[in-house]
Amino acid sequence: MDLAEEELNEHHLDENRVVDVVVRFAGDSGDGMQLTGANFTQATALYGNDLSTFPDFPAEIRAPVGATFGVSAFQIYFGAEDVTTAGDALDVLVAMNPAALVTNIANLVDSGLVIVDSGAFTAKNLAKARYDSNPLEDNTLDAYRVLSIDISQQVLNAVEPFGLSHKDALRCKNMWTLGLVMWLFDRDRQPTIENLKKKFAGKPDIANANIAALNAGHAYGETAELPAGIHVYKIPKAKVAPGTYRNITGTTALAWGLIAGSELAQIDILFASYPITPASNLLHELSNRREFRINTFQAEDEIAAVCAAIGASFAGSLGVTSSAGPGIALKAEGIALAAAAELPLVVVNTQRGGPSTGLPTKTEQSDLNMAMFGRHGDTPIPVIASSTSTDCFDVAVEAVRLATKYMTPVMLLSDGYLANAAEPWQIPDVAAMQGFPVQHHSEIEGFKPSLRNAETLARVWPKPGTAGLEHRIGGIERSYETGDISYDPANHQKMTDLRKNKVDGIAKDIPLQEVCLGNDSGKLAVVGWGSTFGAIHQAVKRCREEGLDVSHIQIRYLAPFPANLGELLSGFDAVLVPEMNTGQLVRLLRSEFLIDADALNKVAGQPFKIGEVIAAIHEKFADMQQL
Amino acid sequence: MNKPLPTLTLKDFASDQEVRWCPGCGDYAILKTLQKLMPELDRPRENQVFVSGIGCSSRFPYYMNTFGFHTIHGRAPAIATGVKLANPELDVWVITGDGDGFSIGGNHMLHVLRRNVDLQILLFNNEIYGLTKGQYSPTSQPGTRSPSSPMGSVDAPLSPCLVALGAGATFIARSIDTEAKHLSGVVADSHAHKGAAFVEILQNCPIYNDGVFEQVKDKKLAPDFRVEVEHGEPIIFGKDREKAITLDRESLSLKVIEVAGNEERVLVHDQHNKVLAQLLAAMSGPEFPVAVGVIYREVKPSFIDDSMNQLGLARDKAASLEALLYSGHTWTVK
Ligand code: SF4
Repeated sequence: MDLAEEELNEHHLDENRVVDVVVRFAGDSGDGMQLTGANFTQATALYGNDLSTFPDFPAEIRAPVGATFGVSAFQIYFGAEDVTTAGDALDVLVAMNPAALVTNIANLVDSGLVIVDSGAFTAKNLAKARYDSNPLEDNTLDAYRVLSIDISQQVLNAVEPFGLSHKDALRCKNMWTLGLVMWLFDRDRQPTIENLKKKFAGKPDIANANIAALNAGHAYGETAELPAGIHVYKIPKAKVAPGTYRNITGTTALAWGLIAGSELAQIDILFASYPITPASNLLHELSNRREFRINTFQAEDEIAAVCAAIGASFAGSLGVTSSAGPGIALKAEGIALAAAAELPLVVVNTQRGGPSTGLPTKTEQSDLNMAMFGRHGDTPIPVIASSTSTDCFDVAVEAVRLATKYMTPVMLLSDGYLANAAEPWQIPDVAAMQGFPVQHHSEIEGFKPSLRNAETLARVWPKPGTAGLEHRIGGIERSYETGDISYDPANHQKMTDLRKNKVDGIAKDIPLQEVCLGNDSGKLAVVGWGSTFGAIHQAVKRCREEGLDVSHIQIRYLAPFPANLGELLSGFDAVLVPEMNTGQLVRLLRSEFLIDADALNKVAGQPFKIGEVIAAIHEKFADMQQL
Repeated sequence: MNKPLPTLTLKDFASDQEVRWCPGCGDYAILKTLQKLMPELDRPRENQVFVSGIGCSSRFPYYMNTFGFHTIHGRAPAIATGVKLANPELDVWVITGDGDGFSIGGNHMLHVLRRNVDLQILLFNNEIYGLTKGQYSPTSQPGTRSPSSPMGSVDAPLSPCLVALGAGATFIARSIDTEAKHLSGVVADSHAHKGAAFVEILQNCPIYNDGVFEQVKDKKLAPDFRVEVEHGEPIIFGKDREKAITLDRESLSLKVIEVAGNEERVLVHDQHNKVLAQLLAAMSGPEFPVAVGVIYREVKPSFIDDSMNQLGLARDKAASLEALLYSGHTWTVK
């Protein structure tokens, strides 16, 4: 199905009762937009709105000032109802310079609010953004509410008492802007003030100047004569289940999930990795958490990382490695060794735009084929995917469980969007989590390295250092009976079958597939996996409100599929599979279940918009009516 | 607490696997020497782990009745690093060859040496690819005729000991497959070393590269083409120990001299001298004898010790999963 977009026709700021808003902070990569966004997110969570965020970084660490390819943005969607995406279109755009304006203005809804720093609209910056004339002075912004303020000058005035250099003073611009936006949505500045004090603990002048800028921005909103239609918007609090919440990104949730997994399995983890965007933050987070049963190792390359992890697993710990697509490709030989030797291993792939270097900072789901089939030989391994940032926690725990219980490598798929996006998370009750302690083999009598659990088919896990369990394993085919090298044809067939049956058998040990929104059968099932969850969920919700018989199914277990998946899908007249690739899951579903599933594909480095999924659902229903 | 270890013999270290090297392969001699040495090291057998890559030499772990992991081509140093990080109590041995260790696995070798990971790395150098049937390797002499170089190889070879030295190895030794006593001594020294111990073992492949080390191995020729270096001892060789190595101070290079009349110019081996180590490791025939023995040794903090110290400091902090989940900003909805 061709990708089309239906404009959602939402002009949140114009509603009588504004219940949700999309705000995007955009500026130069040196303007501190991510920090601004993070503080606004925190304030919004404390205010009680549901929210979802999407940081959008440029690939360059420090692009030339004012360049369009150096624009760094942070988008947040917040409101009174459940929010699962960062929003299709913007209600408020904060543009710190012409480059930020030109790259984002098309996404602002008509009559949306644009806040610009007129002080940054110099001839030089306008030229860099390829504006022939100043958009603040011609009719470019006629369709919008415009708040054009010389923020640079305002900031210089506000921080004057602190005696900062001109450059340092201007660096407080982001806090002034944040103060103004906080006024606009009635957010509490106090947590940001605390953050600034902590961040600049050694530099009180800088801390105070930033706080002064924040307050000045807020005061500006309160006191200045503002154009009509710009006032404080009070967004009602979201109705959320009672509990204690925090904001969390997918990367942090995944890291903490691995920590939780190690506790539940009662096993040490060696996390071996090599830096790569957007996966490195997982290594950073875990390197800071070695008080838990975690050790980290930055290897010399991707291959060494997976190999060190496998070595740790041979030694009785759980090896975990992590990368993005190109790095996972390099690890393929090692993953197959772990499969052949039947050692546990968790491989985390934070997918990014490919092929090759592709779009390292952008998101994509194009490594599903590689996860399923990207190894030499017949080498099945379980593949699971997280759907939301908070889901990364549970999926990481599950990866640890499956790897240790089945003595197999497990591929965990996340992506660049989930890694960086934050959402509120109801903190789970640690005491209520179900443990799955690992049992290393200890029985010397009758020991062979080929012994296995009759039910799970998992091989025993004998730990070096245990007298009487000395044994050899490796990548050469092993005898089913003894574990010794075997070139016997019948044995190879048996071992190949065993590897397949072991992974297939996991289907008995995972939950049946549920429908997350809508009926268990009906006209149309929209089937997703991974980070498309948010857009699909909103689209299905809205289409159901229109009265369409459509359901949302989100698959966590991609290999093996849940036992009932085929039957469940056959209960729908049609199946639509939106994916950020050219149709990888859809091909699996077609070949596995012989169903006529339809693909909706987007490979633009950006998540699906809700309107894109809605357009596809509408088209699907139109098609079905014609039949 | 320290139970005396059961007395073990060579037999206890021989596995029940049928050894599958070609008849006459130098690997047999190395295997015997290791099996005989293991009981003398007086370490629990269950703490011995042999990790290998791919190649003839990498079959080695199957024949040792210890823990063994035969892995993938070139990656044994990385896998061994993971084993040792997971359990520093284990004695981890890496068995590799010239192709495995310095061609496909060159990167890992470089890094395991510079990090000084506590491993014994035994590199069986036969200057050829044996298992894949005789292609030239990164240590083959230029002009080596092989299935993939019918007109003779044109690659310049590398010297394993020199590369190890350049990578920052803290223990570098060389020995010979069939010199059981010498090999055993050098390997025992490598085991006693803290950090990465690199041992190059000149190994004859009678099938694809027979006799490449003839001069250093042949009983008659060896006295003139091989010198055993020992810390604090003069570097003397020759049938009648009539020749010696000296340092020419003008050209900063080594020279072969007659001992007679030059006694005070005979160089004394200092295993802690890196410059000397480089000169000795580079000696090759026919001009020079090949140096065997411990060429270089340096006391340096080991990677595993430093990592475990850090880990210990990190673990001094109380670890509560619940506290972690509640750390930072949280809010409660009633
Ligand atoms: S090919 Fe050469 S190195 Fe390999 S087993 Fe045979 S003799 Fe030994």
